[in-house]
Amino acid sequence: MSVVGEKLQPTLFERSRPGRGGGKIPHPPKDALDRIPSAARRATPPALPELNEPEVVRHYVNLSHLNYAIDTGFYPLGSCTMKFNPKLNEWAARLPGFASLHPLAPDEIAQGTLQLLWELEGALAEISGMRAVTLQPAAGAQGELSGILMIRAHHRSRGETERDEVLVPDSSHGTNPATASMAGFRTITIPSAPDGGVDLDAFRSALGPRTAAVMITNPSTLGLFEKRIGDLLDAVHEAGALAYMDGANLNAILGRFKPGEAGFDVMHFNVHKTFSTPHGGGGPGAGPVGVGDTLLPYLPTPRVLRADDGTFRLERPGERPTSIGRLRSFVGNTGVLVRAYAYIRAHGAAGLREVSDDAVLAANYLRKRVGEAYEIPFDRHCKHEFVASAAGLKKRTGVRTLDIAKRLIDKGFHPPTIYFPLTVEEGMLIEPTETESVETLDAFADALISIAAEAESDPDLVTSAPHTAPVGRLDEATAARQPNLRWRPMAGAEMPCPD
Amino acid sequence: MPYGPHTADDRERMLAALGIGGVDELFADIPEPLRASRLDLPDPEPELELAARLQGLAGRNRTDLASFLGAGIYRHWSPPAVDQILLRGEWYTAYTPYQPEISQGTLQSIYEYESLLAELVDLDVVSASHYDGAAATAEAALMTCRATRRERVLVSKAVHPHYRQTLAAYFGGGLQLEEIPLVADGEAAGTTDLAALERLLGDGAPVAGVVAAQPSFLGLLEPMAEIGRLAHAAGALFVSVIEPVSLAVLAPPGAYGADIAAGEGQPLGIAPQYGGPYLGILASTDGLVRQIPGRLVGMTTDVNGRRAYVMTLRAREQDIRRDKAASNICTNQALLALAASVYLATIGPHGLRDVAAQGAARAARLETALAAVGAGRVHRGPYLNEFAVGVPDARAVHRRLLERGVLAGLALADVLPDEPSLSDALLVCATELTTDDEIARFASGLAAELAVHDHTAPTIPTPSGEPVEAAR
Amino acid sequence: MVPADLHYTKDHEWVRVDGDEATVGITAYAADQLGDIVFVELPEAGRSVTQFAAFGVVESVKAVSDLFAPLTGEVATANDALAGSPELVNSDPYGDGWMVRIRLSERGELDELLDATAYDALIAAG
Repeated sequence: MSVVGEKLQPTLFERSRPGRGGGKIPHPPKDALDRIPSAARRATPPALPELNEPEVVRHYVNLSHLNYAIDTGFYPLGSCTMKFNPKLNEWAARLPGFASLHPLAPDEIAQGTLQLLWELEGALAEISGMRAVTLQPAAGAQGELSGILMIRAHHRSRGETERDEVLVPDSSHGTNPATASMAGFRTITIPSAPDGGVDLDAFRSALGPRTAAVMITNPSTLGLFEKRIGDLLDAVHEAGALAYMDGANLNAILGRFKPGEAGFDVMHFNVHKTFSTPHGGGGPGAGPVGVGDTLLPYLPTPRVLRADDGTFRLERPGERPTSIGRLRSFVGNTGVLVRAYAYIRAHGAAGLREVSDDAVLAANYLRKRVGEAYEIPFDRHCKHEFVASAAGLKKRTGVRTLDIAKRLIDKGFHPPTIYFPLTVEEGMLIEPTETESVETLDAFADALISIAAEAESDPDLVTSAPHTAPVGRLDEATAARQPNLRWRPMAGAEMPCPD
Repeated sequence: MPYGPHTADDRERMLAALGIGGVDELFADIPEPLRASRLDLPDPEPELELAARLQGLAGRNRTDLASFLGAGIYRHWSPPAVDQILLRGEWYTAYTPYQPEISQGTLQSIYEYESLLAELVDLDVVSASHYDGAAATAEAALMTCRATRRERVLVSKAVHPHYRQTLAAYFGGGLQLEEIPLVADGEAAGTTDLAALERLLGDGAPVAGVVAAQPSFLGLLEPMAEIGRLAHAAGALFVSVIEPVSLAVLAPPGAYGADIAAGEGQPLGIAPQYGGPYLGILASTDGLVRQIPGRLVGMTTDVNGRRAYVMTLRAREQDIRRDKAASNICTNQALLALAASVYLATIGPHGLRDVAAQGAARAARLETALAAVGAGRVHRGPYLNEFAVGVPDARAVHRRLLERGVLAGLALADVLPDEPSLSDALLVCATELTTDDEIARFASGLAAELAVHDHTAPTIPTPSGEPVEAAR
Repeated sequence: MVPADLHYTKDHEWVRVDGDEATVGITAYAADQLGDIVFVELPEAGRSVTQFAAFGVVESVKAVSDLFAPLTGEVATANDALAGSPELVNSDPYGDGWMVRIRLSERGELDELLDATAYDALIAAG
């Protein structure tokens, strides 16, 4: 039996029949478009599919069955924090007062949302130990870009334009070096120390008058707290550089470690990780950014401000000339932020601390269990996630981590993150989160252990997995060599239409 | 903790398996001096009370006004089917489809989104989505620099000010951005100044890309074909900033030679939500496929020859190419792309045309009604469903109309403080949701305000032709 | 055993010298490590390349790697066939999967390269 539905669907285009649909919008007057010059008019209508509503609904409901999701099962993707998405939050974001509010609505008719955003900024500042927070960035990577552009503005304001390097450890998320490049910096990659943490000496020798910033994920992408972080931060600041914290792994340290207090100058939050806003099949997210005093003047605009009389308003264009400006339209992904606010309120201080306690406890328990059959390259207390490796298994049986991942699908689980971080051979990054029961953790560990046994006894069974998914492994090479990125009747006809 | 499963026994069992006495031991690796101060946040709130708090906050916003506010985000009828599909957990609680065998729903929906949008914009490649129209436009401009190996981009001042500000921030890494002025007066007033564009293309560093919007921020129709011709003659690429609903009736970017289209997909069934999440549309010609940032989904086959979908051309992306990636984008707006697809599938090609044409028809009525009370258009060129009207002391009038239950569009001085010619102008729009009654309320309210201003109280015709006394 | 008549780099490029021209590709080992090659980005004819500096990019489904010039010189031709058929790098790395021909300017640089025995030892060491 498959862990997801099995009914593949034809495309919307194949379902289309001329003349179907309608009944949604009143017909406009015949002359409605007469005043539009013919040169500006569309000559041939777009060939969009014609469908009636029941067909559309069935199409999307049946397609949805082909998806694995948090609402259907355990999703132990390391670095992604796939926790339960509370249903109250979906309800809240859809309240007409929130959902129908235009982003350019005057402040006086937007007081409810402005208050929510202002309180959320405050809560995130408290959680991170930062001085202030911007809610504008649309996702973590955009938060990183905001942070690095602020760092650039800071150095420029001091005339230190020669600072054109950003240091990142080799275990970092790809967004870190990609962000540095986008902001016009050169990335210097620093190898990790043998214990998986930052190599303090390597950083010290790379730091210098050209260093603009160091970007650190803490806990690291190996799920380990950076024990030398205090010394590293001192070295960074001594060199006149600033320290950026990638907050992707904040779920491990709520109430235990405040990056701003420890000396980080700037960090981003992934609210779709730590604060439970849904991942939506790849997005949306939101990537608020917290800063300390140094970068405060450069925060993106508009900030949410509170007047002495208790009313709220958005910063006006040009009000704070030191700002790096805006990274997107309007104030931010407010609909996502409403959900994050609800999550933080539901938990309060005690609940958030418990989130991290339980996430870390679950990860360590699972580490112990998975260690029964796999190597754990850094076998000490981890934070919210850990890396297991199938390197030994591969040597013995030829079964790779990719195969194990695919076989997990047959066992009813979404695979963990694989081959990341790049520094671990045949790595699996496993993050259970705090919302999975111990029964689920045991079942998952049992599945992984049974696959290790299968790899020894019947490796073909594992290397040809999945056997129960609606489709088998995909021809990704042809997909990339001859990309088919849009529907054309001929392209589809070459591949038979599913019933 | 409201959503946690662990009982005291469960925790004990896990601690025992780890051979430790308490969870604090798991945090012993945080150096003492770096441990957090007490977390100072309110107490946990039970769901019932939290729901009331959220309802209270939502209730403090006013969304009951007769609204003529557009300026990049538009009120439209979104068939309830759209949100009901979005509320299925299989869609919104799934992750990025990195495991295609159990993500065919998301993958096929993105492929269909790419295909639907490709039809609308008449270009071959559509990214799986970007953050919003502004970020998509910035990425489009960066694409032109990579593709041409040039470093200078020209953007029309008739592009949304937030988009231009976003471009400026994204170009903070060292690329050069210049604005193309607008025609000051005459028939073409308010549109991109072609003569100025030609001069800018001829002077200075070679230009990578030219960016213009159709319709423009001011609602006007731009001479897109001419802008494109000038750009191409200078070896630059042409980026068209589009509004997707308008493409049911307006010439698509592919038809007038645009190399890249970018825009805000919010009008396709997505709620305004005070800023997002929205849908950044980014599309290009086939020739630029390797320059387009963000995820792409393609159709392929599985090992058994069955049709299947997968993320493709992955090696362009940050998780593989790191500092050499086309962009740092990772998270996209997949759920909003799904919303746009369900919207387009439900409303259909004829419905979409009706939405665009209704907006045009109602905007014409709005123009007539406002002109009748003395608020005439600022520009003369054609528009689709949004236009600027001149109103003395526009910001104050806008504020006072709120008290009359009318959100009178946007006081342009609020977003274009450096445009003296628009300091006393309101940007107003109509859509298929705009009613005759709302238009009458706006016109009568404006008449009353202008009368306070002028000491004359005109009577105004309603769209149905019945004159009403302007309320005082 | 890799072809004996070629020179190799530590970055897994091979070189076949023929008069003043050198043909360059990546080794079977490299192609195998990368997996299915889906795209090769090569310099235009006339561009100069410098020994051990990046001159192009090769992409597989899930990896990307810079191509490093084994020798200094000017690109005489690039293998246009790879644009439509990048899989040639996998199927025939030392033949139809070649990447560029370089007009040599520093013959002495050949001494900096590995011979077949040394390269074999390198890949055996992993």
